[in-house]
Amino acid sequence: MKSHVFRPLWIILGVVVLSLIARQFIVPSDFGVGERGFMYSFHRKSNEEEWKAFKVKYRSREYCKECHDDKYSSIMDSKHKIIQCENCHGPAIDHPEDPEKLTIDTRRALCLRCHSYLPYKQSYRSKIKGFIPEEHNPDMECVMCHDPHEPDLEGWQ
Amino acid sequence: MRFTRREFLITAVKGAIVTALPMSAFKLLTPDEAMAAVKKTRVRWGFLVDTRKCVGCGFCVKACKLENEVPYDTPVTRTWVERYVILKDGKMLADTPMGARDGFTDQKVQEKVVNPKDIAKAFFVPKLCNHCERPPCVQVCPVGATYQTADGAVLVDRSWCIGCGYCIMACPYGARFFHPVYRTAEKCTFCYHRITKGLKTACVQACPFGARQIGNLKDPNDPVTITVLTKRVSVLKDEYGTKPQVYYLGLDENVR
Repeated sequence: MKSHVFRPLWIILGVVVLSLIARQFIVPSDFGVGERGFMYSFHRKSNEEEWKAFKVKYRSREYCKECHDDKYSSIMDSKHKIIQCENCHGPAIDHPEDPEKLTIDTRRALCLRCHSYLPYKQSYRSKIKGFIPEEHNPDMECVMCHDPHEPDLEGWQ
Repeated sequence: MRFTRREFLITAVKGAIVTALPMSAFKLLTPDEAMAAVKKTRVRWGFLVDTRKCVGCGFCVKACKLENEVPYDTPVTRTWVERYVILKDGKMLADTPMGARDGFTDQKVQEKVVNPKDIAKAFFVPKLCNHCERPPCVQVCPVGATYQTADGAVLVDRSWCIGCGYCIMACPYGARFFHPVYRTAEKCTFCYHRITKGLKTACVQACPFGARQIGNLKDPNDPVTITVLTKRVSVLKDEYGTKPQVYYLGLDENVR
């Protein structure tokens, strides 16, 4: 077995053995075939828990209601009750601790998301009161006249 | 050779022991134990989009990007809304500016002015990862960085992804993209951190019109399951055989 023919064989075998040893250290112990079989769930199992532990930022209006009950009930009487608080006020995350204050988006662009007129009869968009932004007080913020919590202009001066 | 009675009895006892040993490996299981043993879950997440209710406000896209820390001012999104404008001469215009992060506020489509009189039909279609039953994106991953959980969610292991981009090319729905910060493949997770805690996904919660719903397709009493089973629903690109699990109500043939 001292033939030069066999020398590369030992080298190849050595590389294979070293790779197998290295694999033991590099590949995580929970890496393997999951519930959906080799084709669809060959993965590191603990990654599922990592995704589950991701931070929830949007807490829903029920969370806002715990402190801001007055604001909650005011909007629940209006057509805007279908809109979540956080759509305009931003994600609550851990408010009031972090962030201490939420920034309210009062730009025209926010209202235009639904109320900019689009001539799409087949879309539900046509059921919403729409206006052409360039024609309706283009230099003013919507909130200067309209209260987003009570968008109907009853009793408006 | 003589075979004595003693030898016969000893051989018989040995044989009985040898056959009884493997039998002891079997055990009567209750249905619950049997289900747990084959790792079947009672949950299969599915999604329902009612395109007739969508107004193109884009609150879902905004909520998704902020919830899932997708860089806000980049054009990549996990979910997006497409606008389709089909003209009376048969031409179709479609766009999704910034994935409709700021909604559709302009009558112009792709910088083109469209005369309202020329419009035959126009509508919005929200899109997201279909969490297919046979996800082609998972099959092509060379390192096992993307996978499907037992409850149907297709996820990406950021620490294991090498960023080769095979999965991005394999997805027929264009639902995957390259995350600009982590430099790995990125996609909708059905808000796995929310649905596993009993919450709705960020997009479902943010939708004011109820155009988006998430549910458990293995629960016969779930509103999504009832709709999928009893109403006329369709899926995107059925011909690819991916078995997508995002169902659509009121989908037009022009939607691709």
